[in-house]
Amino acid sequence: MTRLNMLQAINTTLRGELARDERTLVLGQDVGRLGGVFRATDGLLDEFGPDRVVDMPLAEASIVGAAIGLAAAGLVPIAEMQFLGFSHQAFHQIGAQLARMRYRSQGRFPMPVVIRAPFGGGVRTPELHSEALEAQFVQSPGLSVVMPATPADAKGLLQTAVRSSDPVLFCEPLRGYRLVTGEVADGDAPVPFGKLRVARDGTDVTLVAWSAAVQVAEKAAEALAEEGISAAVVDLRTLVPLDEAGLADAVAATGRCVVVHEAPLSAGFGAEVVATVNDAAFYSLEAPVARVAAPDTPYPPGRIEDHFVPGVDRVVAAARATVKAA
Amino acid sequence: MSGFAPQFRPEQGEATPWTVLRPDGGLEPDRAATMTDEQLREACELMLFSRAFDEKGFSLQRQGRFGTFSPVRGQEASVVGAAFALDPARDWVVPQYRELPALLRQGLPLEQFMLTFLGDPRGGAAPEGVNVLPIQIGLAAQLPQAVGLAWGHALQGRDSVVAVFCGDGASSEGDFHEACNLAGTLRAPVVFVVQNNGWAISTPRARQSAAATLAGRAPGYGIPGALVDGNDLLAVHQVVADAVARARAGEGPTLVETLTYRLGDHNTADDASRYQPAEELEAWAPRDPISRVLTHLRTRELWDDAHDTAVRERIAARIDEAVRTVEAMEPPGVEHLFEHVTETLSSRLQGQRAELQAQVRTR
Repeated sequence: MTRLNMLQAINTTLRGELARDERTLVLGQDVGRLGGVFRATDGLLDEFGPDRVVDMPLAEASIVGAAIGLAAAGLVPIAEMQFLGFSHQAFHQIGAQLARMRYRSQGRFPMPVVIRAPFGGGVRTPELHSEALEAQFVQSPGLSVVMPATPADAKGLLQTAVRSSDPVLFCEPLRGYRLVTGEVADGDAPVPFGKLRVARDGTDVTLVAWSAAVQVAEKAAEALAEEGISAAVVDLRTLVPLDEAGLADAVAATGRCVVVHEAPLSAGFGAEVVATVNDAAFYSLEAPVARVAAPDTPYPPGRIEDHFVPGVDRVVAAARATVKAA
Repeated sequence: MSGFAPQFRPEQGEATPWTVLRPDGGLEPDRAATMTDEQLREACELMLFSRAFDEKGFSLQRQGRFGTFSPVRGQEASVVGAAFALDPARDWVVPQYRELPALLRQGLPLEQFMLTFLGDPRGGAAPEGVNVLPIQIGLAAQLPQAVGLAWGHALQGRDSVVAVFCGDGASSEGDFHEACNLAGTLRAPVVFVVQNNGWAISTPRARQSAAATLAGRAPGYGIPGALVDGNDLLAVHQVVADAVARARAGEGPTLVETLTYRLGDHNTADDASRYQPAEELEAWAPRDPISRVLTHLRTRELWDDAHDTAVRERIAARIDEAVRTVEAMEPPGVEHLFEHVTETLSSRLQGQRAELQAQVRTR
């Protein structure tokens, strides 16, 4: 085990995967000489050369479109969207092309493509750099949507993503890139998709989160503990596939649930969590499932984003109200 | 390099399309065919096949036995000329949806194509070894994919060339420009065949772009462009063969604009009489790509009435056979919604499949 931050975990994993399988290649804007704007691909160009670590023209649709063609040619592309907020310019290639190529070709062209994309608030980025767009991609059948919260998961889930024959949108919480550190297994430790992680045990209420919101939920759980409320925290890890059974069990164990996410409230993935809990654990509920999310407004400029991204206080308040509900 | 294709140089004002075979069936002075007599006869038969399938397809669609599809009519030379410049064993075709004869030439069974347009998911299952990507409905989306495919083959040291087809309408899409730009920077072995057929459904070429020609954009991407008479089988073959040779030699992509005309409806749901001027159709009729080749072959005694009859009977029989085969197939069921979505079905999808299957059984 080695203590790493998220970025180090991702960098190490990419290096390992490039070394493990010569069919893999990394492509995107600034991923080569610069090593990525966050240095996630630092050093890879020197180690693997310009045919394996490729600086691309600044054109998101062609980065993803080319990745589709590379995969059809038998390679394993790992594409980087510089920020998830820029993925709109490639959305048709991801949602309408990549996600359904296996189906369109009736299995002839599996798409072992990973799209890495940093996202998330709290770091005062310029416009379009922080948006949490995961729910948009969940509506693209065929695509896995992966949202690691810890360095160990960043490595384990990325290993699984690269080795999957299906396309994966791999969203990285940029707020946690350097701030979140943890013990990471050396070598191979792939984490399966569709298995949630219990980040903290608790008996009174279950906080459900993913990506950077997991740390918010954990802090909220600590604050709630001081009030005598025992909150469990579960990290979904992958939205597609969703661990429905694990979610139902975690909510049934406390009878109360609060979902926390950074994306706007309406039709956010929190709504899917509520619906799933309704289907699978309704009769164990002691209170309505609450959602803590961003308002349905554009992602704001940095000076007011702390009002937008759900913070510990809002989660604590929602959990408190849920526990007190009859 | 064969050296036939004139590189288009807009700065010199050259906007005359490359022509070899005149509308009267004779060859332009000092120009020769790059196809053997046998290839010419085969290509002509494929063009006739395509035309016959268009007619049969329209008739079946009107009877409710075939789905909405886009005919090739008018563009046969453009598609077949390009297809014959490829080696199906190693080269790839990345189609839009109007390139049936190129797909057949690559080895795609006609039944597969028909299934696609019958709305049957099994139509997407091109056999292994048939070097084609699936039909593309989203305009220009296949272009960056074709660049990636060509690039991927080059990275693996394979000498494959990818021919990707689109129309004048698709040339306005962002993906078109991104793909041409990317191919130029990578020197990817890809040939962009832009079939300028005058219309994007009802939008005329003049409303598509203010550029004098679409091939003339090529220098902006740092790649060669060529403007060719798209109703001239031999000219299209020469220009695309030249581009394929360049690509194979590691000299990168080429943008080929085939100047052609869509004779009639965009697809079976369209009514071109609402926008296509009758006089334009009349003006293009004498330049029909098939009669041009037939006249040429007959003049050279490579085609006669007996052969013509035999060819048309063979075509009709093959099409009828395909119709029988697809009509005899069991229609796809609920399970086809779920097959090939992902490698393994998630528990959620397994649940959805079971639920739908139960509903179908109780219907």
